[in-house]
Amino acid sequence: MNYEFGLYVFMLSAFLGFELIRKVSPLLHTPLMSLTNAISAISVVGAIMISGEKDVPELSRILGFIAIVSATTNLVSGYMITDRMLKMFKKREPAGK
Amino acid sequence: MSLYQFLYIAAAAGFILALKWMSSPATARRGVLAGQLGMLMAVVGTLIRAEIFNYEWIAVGIVLGAVIGAPIAIFMPMTGVPQRTAISQACGSLASALIGTAEYYKLQPHGFIMSALIVETLLGFVTVTASIMAWGKLQEVLPGRPVTYKGQFFINMAVLASAIALGIFLVFNPERTDLYPIFVVLALTFGVFLILPIGGADMPTVIALLNSYAGLSACAMGFALDNKLLIIAGALDGSSGFILSVIMCKAMNRSFANVLFGGFGQVQASVAGTEARPVRSATPEEAAQILETASTVVIVPGYGMAVAQAQHKIRELADALGKKGVDVKFAIHPVAGRMPGHMNVLLAEADVSYDKLIEMEDINPEMAMTDVVLIVGANDIVNPAAETDPSSPIAGMPILTAYKARTVMVIKRSMGVGFAGIDNDLYYRPNTLMLFGDAKAFTTSLVKELTAT
Repeated sequence: MNYEFGLYVFMLSAFLGFELIRKVSPLLHTPLMSLTNAISAISVVGAIMISGEKDVPELSRILGFIAIVSATTNLVSGYMITDRMLKMFKKREPAGK
Repeated sequence: MSLYQFLYIAAAAGFILALKWMSSPATARRGVLAGQLGMLMAVVGTLIRAEIFNYEWIAVGIVLGAVIGAPIAIFMPMTGVPQRTAISQACGSLASALIGTAEYYKLQPHGFIMSALIVETLLGFVTVTASIMAWGKLQEVLPGRPVTYKGQFFINMAVLASAIALGIFLVFNPERTDLYPIFVVLALTFGVFLILPIGGADMPTVIALLNSYAGLSACAMGFALDNKLLIIAGALDGSSGFILSVIMCKAMNRSFANVLFGGFGQVQASVAGTEARPVRSATPEEAAQILETASTVVIVPGYGMAVAQAQHKIRELADALGKKGVDVKFAIHPVAGRMPGHMNVLLAEADVSYDKLIEMEDINPEMAMTDVVLIVGANDIVNPAAETDPSSPIAGMPILTAYKARTVMVIKRSMGVGFAGIDNDLYYRPNTLMLFGDAKAFTTSLVKELTAT
């Protein structure tokens, strides 16, 4: 692999991340953390790779399986609770008017 | 290029849009959808890759994960969100650490890939135990107070240094699989030690920082597996967690080192003199009368509101006052609660309109013109000592300047000290009324008074 290219991708995404997160209103910091927590479940990709490959040692396959379960738990609960939280953020007409 | 690579690129775009749309409540749900689609494309893309042969285990694993994850998301009360985030982080980083371990046993690679695997597993395993510890402190199965002992810093550093040293040794000698379990144990131990000296109220910073570690671990996995999607998603997470923890540190005027190596709760024993100073207190009837005749009221919620589950009653109180023509707003301190933005979520759950939730910088200039500030379960974030007493442990921490209001009311169980363990001068001021009682019970009686008249 071309590591240099990978490091460029990393550098650019990190800066992009900084810029994007800085713009997030403090109002939404909790859902933001839930969302990024859900996105970190991207490790499910690695888990699928290791569990699905041909000729994987038994130990690696078992570890891969546990990884799939825990990454999916992270993924599903992360996205669902983020959406549940955001549903609650509503702007109401002022009461009593 | 094959199809899966296109899906990966689209997935990366989905994650970027997800974060971009999180900038405002109006587009945030679209952001979640973008993130979900991104994840779907990432998973589908991986499943159709030519290297994948064995689908049974994958299918069972995904179904099992969904069956565990969905009920957590559906039934978790909003006050439990910090705990859920911590435990979910433990799951995510466990996955990442185990994948690194599996790769290591499969390949025992050399050079760059091995370095990436070591970074991935080190961050992964540290985050697993650290997140579980954070969960324990938030759930209060572990003591929320900082646990400190003599030489703690050096022991922690020694554990971390040996983990790193062993990791470097493994990079050069990957065939020494017998040493790898020791590396894992050291990483797991450091995770535990890392959180021990950190108190409950510092959790906003710590959870954000652990989020960052989990992201960086996924990122390192991207380098090990030559997968750009993992690098991008991991870097986005890593920077997000990092910037949030910096924001939290700034909001407490403390450095990272100070939060991580703790001791915040240690200074107080000598400081908190036990002189009995007079305070003024009021009954619900008296308090309700003052609130009723005010024209502007600012409510300052803190972690105590979450503990008492008082957010719904607080909203009823705000509504009752609103009906009487009182202008009610909420002042949100960045570190109120146990995770960034915790108060906003609780009040949103209670159906408070989000344009009433005002950030510290925007509400502070209005404090002097405010008739009544009602403080519910907050302490250190309104302590004027932060501004006036340079020797105070919280000196320099930006506070909500509640003391400037004409009348300050504090709903509090007793005269006990807050997390920082220091006395709050605000309670003894002539314009302060203490409302002693449980936050929920007292607010309930306030609402009763206001709706009866």
